[in-house]
Formats: sequence, C-alpha cells, structure tokens
Amino acid sequence: MTYRLHESERKSHAVNRSEFIRHLAQVLPAESIISQQEALKPYECDGLSAYQQVPWLVVLPDSIEQIQSIMELCYANNIPVVARGAGTGLSGGALPLENGVLLSLARLNRILEIDAVNRTACVQPGVRNASISQQSSRYGLFYAPDPSSQIACTIGGNVAENSGGVHCLKYGLTVHNVLKLKIVTMQGQLVIIGGNALDSAGFDLLAVMTGSEGMLGIVVEVTVKLTPKPDSVCLIQAAFDSIQQASEAVAAIMASGVTPAGLEMMDNASIRAAEQFVHAGYPVDAEAILLCELDGHSSAVVEETGRIQSILKQFKASQVVKADDSEQQQKIWSGRKAAFPAIGQISPDYYCMDGTIPRHQLSTVLEQIQQLSEHYGLAVANVFHAGDGNLHPLILYDANQSGELERAEQLGSDILMCCIESGGTITGEHGVGVEKINAMCAQFSDSEIQQFHRVKSAFDPDGLLNPGKAIPTLNRCAEFGAMHSHQARTHTELERF
Amino acid sequence: MADLSTQFQELIRDAVDTDSRINFIGGGSKAFYGREPQGESIDVAANSGIIDYLPTELVITVRGGTQISEIQTVLDEHNQMLGFEPPCLNEQSTIAGVIAVGLSGSRRPFSGAVRDYILGCKIINGYAEILSFGGTTMKNVAGYDLSRLMAGSMGTLGLMLEMSLKVIPRPEQEATWFIEVATDQVIATMADLLAKSIPFSGMFYDGRRLFYRLSGADDAINQIAESIGGEQLVDHELFWEGVNHHTHDYFQDETPLWRISVPPATQPVSLAGQFAYDWGGALRWLKSEEVDSQVFQVIGDIGGHATLFRHGQHRDAVFQPLPEHLMQIQRRLKHAFDPKGLFNPGRLYPEF
Repeated sequence: MTYRLHESERKSHAVNRSEFIRHLAQVLPAESIISQQEALKPYECDGLSAYQQVPWLVVLPDSIEQIQSIMELCYANNIPVVARGAGTGLSGGALPLENGVLLSLARLNRILEIDAVNRTACVQPGVRNASISQQSSRYGLFYAPDPSSQIACTIGGNVAENSGGVHCLKYGLTVHNVLKLKIVTMQGQLVIIGGNALDSAGFDLLAVMTGSEGMLGIVVEVTVKLTPKPDSVCLIQAAFDSIQQASEAVAAIMASGVTPAGLEMMDNASIRAAEQFVHAGYPVDAEAILLCELDGHSSAVVEETGRIQSILKQFKASQVVKADDSEQQQKIWSGRKAAFPAIGQISPDYYCMDGTIPRHQLSTVLEQIQQLSEHYGLAVANVFHAGDGNLHPLILYDANQSGELERAEQLGSDILMCCIESGGTITGEHGVGVEKINAMCAQFSDSEIQQFHRVKSAFDPDGLLNPGKAIPTLNRCAEFGAMHSHQARTHTELERF
Repeated sequence: MADLSTQFQELIRDAVDTDSRINFIGGGSKAFYGREPQGESIDVAANSGIIDYLPTELVITVRGGTQISEIQTVLDEHNQMLGFEPPCLNEQSTIAGVIAVGLSGSRRPFSGAVRDYILGCKIINGYAEILSFGGTTMKNVAGYDLSRLMAGSMGTLGLMLEMSLKVIPRPEQEATWFIEVATDQVIATMADLLAKSIPFSGMFYDGRRLFYRLSGADDAINQIAESIGGEQLVDHELFWEGVNHHTHDYFQDETPLWRISVPPATQPVSLAGQFAYDWGGALRWLKSEEVDSQVFQVIGDIGGHATLFRHGQHRDAVFQPLPEHLMQIQRRLKHAFDPKGLFNPGRLYPEF
C-alpha cells in the first residue's frame, strides 16, 4: 500500500519538477537523472515491501563532487533527500518521498584501498558488504560484520543501520568496525568523521552517525577495520527438549569465558520449515537447536570446543554434532541462513520482527509470543541471535485473506511492547525506519525524543534528510499515544507500528 | 551509595536559571587532564552504587560516581571484568570519570574501547531533564546512539547519572612474554604478529623490549608463545597495571607527556623525545619538549591525533585542533545538549 507520511513530518516545497531537473542537469549527466514514471517505479520501496511510494526524482551520482552539488541544490530549494544503498533494509528507511529526491549511492561501488599492514579498507558506500571480505581475503583478512543480506547489502547501508549479523557476537557490530567516514551534509559540505587511528579528537561522531538511518548526513566513503582470518573454525549443533534448557545453556556458554563467533537458536517451527526447505540434517522433533561456532587459533579452538561440549551435556542437550570441515559446517548453517525463505515456503507471507531482550527473559517472552500467536490466530516461528538476545519472530500470514495483514501488524506491535516491558528494545539491528516509528513513542519519553531532534538539528537544521523516519515527531506521538491506549486493538485501519 | 538524581536535577535547574557554569568532579583523578576546568565545582562522586548486575547477562548497571575499584571487586567475584582495562590514575577513579575522558587501556585493540562497552546511560542535560538512552541489551538501534557519545565528551554534554556496561568473562589464563627488538624493526614485527589470528590481549614496546600478552587456555597460549618466542615475564599483572595506570617507569618523568593515536603501522614519527608504544603501535606515548603546534601538525598529517596528556606548560591547546566544518557540527551538538554552555565549559575546546 502507499505509505502516508504523517502531516507533521512533511517537508513542503513548491519547486517545479521539470525546472529542478534542468538545474540538476547542470551538475549531473542526463543519464544520472531518472524522472520517467516507469523508471522510478523500481525505487518505490526497500526490503519492507508492504509500503510503497514512487519518488519524485531519482539521482545516481558517481562522485563525491556530484553529491555535494546535488545536496547544495536540494538545500537551496528546500527539497528533502532520501539516501538509498542496495534497498535491502527491512524497516523502510529508504522509502522515498513523493516530493523528494532519492539519492542512490549504487554507482559509488569501488574499493579504494586495502591497507593490509594497518588492516583497514577504504571503500565507497555502494560497495557490497561481502565483496570487502572477498577482496581482502588475499591478505588473510576479512570484514567481520555479516548481515544475512551481505551478498547484496552495501556498506553505506550497513553504516546507516548499524548492521549486525551472526558473527557480531564476537567481532562487534558495524559501530565497532568503522574507523572513518566521509559524509556530505545537507548543506553540501564534505566532513571527515573519525580517522585512520583507533580513536579521534572531539565528540565521538562515529557513534552518532552509525545507525542514524540517513538522518544526519550522506555517507560517501567508509574506512573499515579488517580482522585476521581465523585459521580454525568449528561448528557445534545441539538439540534440546525445551527452549528453557537451550536458554540456560546459552547463559552458561556466555558466562564461561569462551566467546563464540556465533550462537544461534531456532525453535521447532523454524527447525521444521528449514529442514523441509534445505535438508540441513536438523532433528525435527527437537524443541530448540543451538548452533555454536568457535573460531581462532587452532589450539585455542580445540580447547574451547571441548569446554562448550561439556556445557551442552551439562544442560542436557539431547544430541550434539560437531562439524570440523567447512562442507559440513556450510550444510548446518544453510538451514539457519535459509530460515526466512523456508518460512516463505510454508506460508504465503511472513512479517519479520527484530526485538531484543535481556537473555534471561527469553522463555517469558517466548511464552508471551505464544499466547499472542494464539490470541490473533497466526502462527509465529522464532529464530534468534541467542548470544546477544536479538529475537526474530516471523509472523505467518496470508495477505490475500482480508484482515490478516492488519492482524499480523497488530501481533507484531504487541510483541514489540513485550520486548520493551522485558527491559529490551524494539529493534536490535533492522532499524526503526517507518516500520517502528510509532513504537519509538512507547520506548522513549517526549523529552528524550526532543533530544534526538536537537541532535538531528546539529547536523541538518532544516530537517530535510530522510524526514518521517527513525525519530517520530511529538505530534505523531501524541496521536499515537491516544490511539494506542484506547483504540488500537479495534481500529485496524490505523497506521502500523 | 545513594541515588542523588533528583538533587542533581534541582541543582542543575538552579544553574540553568542563574546561568551558572558547572565543573563536574568525580574522583578527581584526572583533574590534570584536558583544558583548565572553569565554573563552580560540583562533587558528583556521592551518586554511587551498583544498581543491577546479572553475571549471566554480562551487563552491569551502576551510578556514575561508583568507583572503578568497587565495580572490579564485584566483577571479580564472578570472574568477570571490564573489557577495556580502564586506566585509573588513583584509587578514587569513578566510572563516569573514565567514560568522560574516554581513555582505554592496553586491551583496547583486541577487545574494544570504553565506548564499545557502553550499552545505555541516564543523563541530565542542559535543560535539567533526566534522559535515558540505549539500554542493557548488546544490540539496540532505536534512536541515535547518544550513550556512546558520552565517551570522551569530558562531561560537556550532561551529567552522567547511570550507565549500563557490557562486561566480559575473565580469560581462563593470561601470560606475558617479551622479546628484544630494535626500534627500526619493531613496527614490522608488530604488524606481522597482528596480521595473524592470535589471542593477543596486549602489545607494548618500551623502546627496547616488545611485551605481548596472550589470553586463553593454558596449553593453547603456551603453545602459541613457543611459536612466537621470547621470555616469559614474571609478575605480568603488575607490569600491565604499570602501563595502564602510569606507574610504569616510563611515566615517572616531569617532561610533557603526549598521547598520540595513529594507524598502528605508522613508521617512527619524526618528533624529538622518548617514545613508548602501546596498542601494537596504534597508541604512542611521547615525552617531549616539542611545541604543541608542531606535534599537532606532524600527527595530523599522518592521519592521527595528539593530546597533551600531562605536564604541559599551559593548558590551552590540549586536544588536536579540528577542521572548521567538523568543529561547527561539534559546537552545534554541544548546543543541542547544553544550550547555555554551562557544563564543563572550555574543558574540551575553547569554542564550547
């Protein structure tokens, strides 16, 4: 459906489109400006395809100078700008505006330098996540954050969302692996944030920029930290008769002194779906499985593997499989990695949530999700970055059945409220975007939201960058608060959260 | 051991109403660090105490005035620790003070900086509002990351009331070895070692000997050390305390001390004085009489930044000067939190 921006978030301007295209043509080649309706259509949504909006215009610059010129022009004419990488984001952060410019960074796709001796890579924002590791592999290095969309998603988008991935448990999120950014501000100024050293002078703007969802500046160059490739990897698969036991095993592993490279959990519904889809060899009668990957120096991995195996036995794992060779490991991982499409095979549609909770709340929250699932009459399968408490409940629904999408959204929002109440957060790694913007009103007070707006103003005083995303206006919250407490359960036509 | 947040909120509201400038003081252990404090001194150390600690969650929530030593004692009981090895220049060091200066110890290149361990915080801003950002989970992308912004802010953005920090289990075993390496060889030697997947947790060069610390199981680290070579250091914990808390011989000197942060494999820098390398070369201490403008120029040109850490003759230019566009954003960011410029004015830069 077409997304409707909240009135308080709309940036109005009276600029004539054809006239603005003529201005743009002075700084960009004609083929870098897209204005035909049919050519604009592919840009109408990102990975959150439930909402669409055909953009006013799309531009495809291929240099920092062009981006600066575009931003200057937009700023001078009060035209809002939305940045877009590969469009794989799951929260609608790159959803376009009907009166705004969509700035695609797809053509800035070159790896500029790999500095093997300092273990850094300097890349343009449109470089795909996986290609950084591919290109640095010859130096025995890799780029650690590995979101599951890594073959398609770009590093610029990763910075915007502070992307995680399976291996961030040991190696950190994007924020822990970025050293330097070049950004272009809404006013068209080029600013360097961070540096090639491990820290930099002044306020830590890298922390603020990372995960800022394109609200503060356009990321035009990224220097990332590279990590030496481990010389040994071992993957352990353990089955459990209850989620409770699996959760206790996770807590024990995390407190043991061994930091796994990845620690993932799947519930029975996900196990069955994945097994049916890719035949990874999962025990389909298990209530939960854990996948625990250990990597590093070979002598350390051998020792750690032994310790993890004894913890798993202590917590009554019904089956433990150890995979040392990469072929076997890939087979086991294939089920986890294909969990989303596997759910897609058994359900016409699914809606992926991203709440994060303190790990000790896991069984309580899963029980609540089960109750909500029964209440709404929609099945929920759970995959879970267990080591860091990041849940991905997948709500199964059929958009062709009248009312099911709305029920799925309502169930999703109730799950997010459970996450907040358990001491967690509405989003661990997918971002707020438009998807969870109303839930922000529940997680933060008005004065906290006001502080976010003030921070945005420090970078973008006129609020022209990605309006209507990530941080709700207080007007929206006032409206949402009224809806949420009195009517939300019955008014299914109201905006989702 | 008390929650003084409402008292501090009133105090800050008064300061805002009367335009009074405030100099926040925690343990006072780093009063010498940064530009000259201004404004009325407010002791915030009494707002202390551990609020919540669940060892299996690997998270501790504490009030800002809690002493590092108290936190470490509690973590010790569960065989856990602060992963960034906080530099404590005396026993009174508080957690808010450590976060405000944003300094991390020898583990930094291997297990992360102080900012990497901050999961959430509660502050009072310059509108006298109590605000919470982040939380207690490892992953959280709701709203801008304003908790990590506190690290290194020198108390200029708000009073830190509480913070939630990620903690890590103590490695099963740690030991340190040293090898003699010539100054012109040490950068290459460190770069070679750091290119491998080895569980290092410290790498320090005193100008003659390269010290490396390994963490993990006993057998594993001994086996690795055998392949690298060198002699094992006795009393190695004392050694790293010396490096981190500046009781090591190198730091016993009245010559101005510079903290220089550069890409690790940067060749020896052409500044006069005596160097020591921490962080596998990425952090360089320099005892030198060089003039500040010269140090800032040379280090800025190689993509790093310098801080006049201690014993400067004057405290005007302490931190690396920033380019104008970047300074403009920083100034506006300060204004976003503290529009009247009341919190620790001038402590970081003269501009705010």
